[in-house]
Amino acid sequence: MSQTNPLQIEYNLKVVRQFAIATVIWGIIGMAVGVLIAAQLIWPELNFETPWLTYSRLRPLHTNAVIFAFGTSALMGTSFYVVQKTCKTALFSNKLASFVFWGWQAVILAAVITLPLGLTSSKEYAELEWPIDILIALVWVAYIIVFFGTLVKRTTSHIYVANWFYGGFIVTIAVLHIVNSMAVPVSFTKSYSLYAGATDAMVQWWYGHNAVGFLLTAGFLGMMYYFVPKQAERPVYSYRLSVVHFWALISLYIWAGPHHLHYTALPDWTQSLGMVMSVILFVPSWGGMINGIMTLSGAWHKLKTDPILRFLIVSLSFYGMSTFEGPMMSIKSVNALSHYTDWTVGHVHSGALGWVAMITIGSMYYLIPRLWNQTQMHNVRWINIHFWLHTIGVVLYIVALWISGVMQGLMWRAVNATDGTLTYSFVESVVASYPFWFIRFVGGLFIVAGMVLMAVNVYRTIRAGKPTVEYVNAPVATNSPAPSAATQSA
Amino acid sequence: MSSFWSAWIIVLTLAFLVFIIWLLRWNMSNYTGIKEGELMDHEYDGIVEINNPMPKWWTILFWITIVWGFIYLALYPGLGNFKGLLGWSSSNQHVRSLDESRQATEEARAAGLIVEYDRQVDQAEEKFGPIFTALSQRPIEELAKDEEAVKIGQRLFIQNCAQCHGSNAMGGKGFPNLTDNDWLYGGSPEQIKHSIMEGRVGLMPPQSQFNDRQVTELAHYVMSLSGRKVDPELAKAGEANFIVCAACHGMDGKGNYALGAPNLTDNIWLYGGSQDAIEETIRNGRNGVMPAWKDILGEDKIHVISSYVYGLSQD
Repeated sequence: MSQTNPLQIEYNLKVVRQFAIATVIWGIIGMAVGVLIAAQLIWPELNFETPWLTYSRLRPLHTNAVIFAFGTSALMGTSFYVVQKTCKTALFSNKLASFVFWGWQAVILAAVITLPLGLTSSKEYAELEWPIDILIALVWVAYIIVFFGTLVKRTTSHIYVANWFYGGFIVTIAVLHIVNSMAVPVSFTKSYSLYAGATDAMVQWWYGHNAVGFLLTAGFLGMMYYFVPKQAERPVYSYRLSVVHFWALISLYIWAGPHHLHYTALPDWTQSLGMVMSVILFVPSWGGMINGIMTLSGAWHKLKTDPILRFLIVSLSFYGMSTFEGPMMSIKSVNALSHYTDWTVGHVHSGALGWVAMITIGSMYYLIPRLWNQTQMHNVRWINIHFWLHTIGVVLYIVALWISGVMQGLMWRAVNATDGTLTYSFVESVVASYPFWFIRFVGGLFIVAGMVLMAVNVYRTIRAGKPTVEYVNAPVATNSPAPSAATQSA
Repeated sequence: MSSFWSAWIIVLTLAFLVFIIWLLRWNMSNYTGIKEGELMDHEYDGIVEINNPMPKWWTILFWITIVWGFIYLALYPGLGNFKGLLGWSSSNQHVRSLDESRQATEEARAAGLIVEYDRQVDQAEEKFGPIFTALSQRPIEELAKDEEAVKIGQRLFIQNCAQCHGSNAMGGKGFPNLTDNDWLYGGSPEQIKHSIMEGRVGLMPPQSQFNDRQVTELAHYVMSLSGRKVDPELAKAGEANFIVCAACHGMDGKGNYALGAPNLTDNIWLYGGSQDAIEETIRNGRNGVMPAWKDILGEDKIHVISSYVYGLSQD
């Protein structure tokens, strides 16, 4: 176990293990805060008259925790795993990888402290103040070096499609973060955006929508392209489909931001252009879903017995659903109804809870036993229970907000036929939303309950096992075609 | 937008769409050297890929959206300064004042352009304008007793006035209560309508010539006017200085509609009736603004709102 063959190098699984644990913990925390603010919408007194527990401060904490703590920890961990395994080489630098982990946890900790204190740049999904932004940039550059450094020293001839998606996500997020966070500091805790007016709004949503497009979509498609064929034990459906949908997806997404600013001071031409690209984007988005689901061809029966595969495949169904819904909502006449309503919130969560969370949970159930030298999770039946808790929770959530969203949109636009005045005041639409907010809250409880069950399962699995040690043959010549992998568990 | 940036957008957009077309066509042909349906010649950690063609329905859908994209960009604004063949715009986005807005509306109408916002305003005006014109022919006192007219007035009030005066019209600090028959500028139908049409600017100047003691004395005197319990000595001392206040509020403190000077004898306080609040009002003054609505709602609708507001204090 401890003796090392000089021709073999050890995979860095330690950093993957660290990120895997962080993913589960931050998942519970981020989603629990989400449930709390969902409850605050119904029972405002749950802020306990305490400034740092108010909705306005906990909402950015929730979004930061699920996107950047839960989601990004999952992406960093799985990308480090996948890039090593599919390139048949160890990470470029273990020290830098460790810096990425601890640096990223420091960013999250800073968010957990500063957001409840009310320190915010007021940019959605980019609320963290400038010193934290600089730390994010530093960690991200280290992430780029580790990931691409590993790609460069790969011992395979080609680069697997999962790594294209991870790579696309990593590079683009760096660009988005740096450009959108440009600001003039006035003190250690306060800064003002470098941009003004409609330009500021456009830069913000260029960032905001591509945080969805690259972090929450491209990154997780990378995850999908490794864990779905591994768990299904089937070949990927179509190589050429992966080529088209990768290039079309990443190049179309970057245009789509303006659809967040329909009917605003943004110039008409920008709105139209954003809408056109958003609608075309629908097709390459479905390319990813098709390639994932069709990978199951010939193995459909496995869905009956394999709860991990269920998580992965249902996540792709939600991905397909929300990437149909998104382009539809980007059409101006649909947006006129949906914008500013709960429909948008429901749409985001069908992506976040249906796609992102489910693909992550499924991947973690595949990965965690393999990281701790086990063949499977401590209790496979619990995975199935988690699957149903999560699915019921997501369906309750999005259906409730579809109804309340469309209802709000219709109430806001309703006019009296006799005089053209608005039929409802705003507050009437709020009152009418309460039952649906309650259903959403219950859905959230289901989801958090499932996450807690997952945490127990993970804890038991880790306790029963010990860290996996795995080696790969060091390359003999730099341009040798794929050497046979000599991996072993110790 | 300068023609350089316009060209930049047009070239970038069209070149990008051509790239997407090329990408799709390229992958519709089998360039891999592997037979369709067979495995590609690489393997990653046990994962292999099949060289399957893309689903036909999917490529057709892709073509449809691309063609639709070109058509949309031809019809609507999107390609830089090109306005689109339909001459459609959402609104006159460049205007910076009501005057510029009116001018732009006229110009667009003359040029036969479709300005969506103007179009919808015109439609609403055509449909509902006559209803309000008919209502505006009837006296305010009469409308205030017409149940239907009151409902219309109330809805207009809730959508336009409630932001400051509250949905029950009872106001708040700095925003007058409209239900108590206490008026700053008069409560006759004509006075109410004038307030809404032209707006009002209420100004209580700061009385910085008085020291803290004198301000306290004045506050006691002012409170005594509405029969409140006060320190009689302080109030007496304050009375001497009240002459300054009387210029607007009158010697009896009953106020003056012409100036919007509040009645100080009725124990109704726009900015709070505590001794502290009154002292602050004297020391620092107050500014109140009721915006003019004639350019926003038009006289006909204001006539109906006036009848609603008038009716609030008539019960």
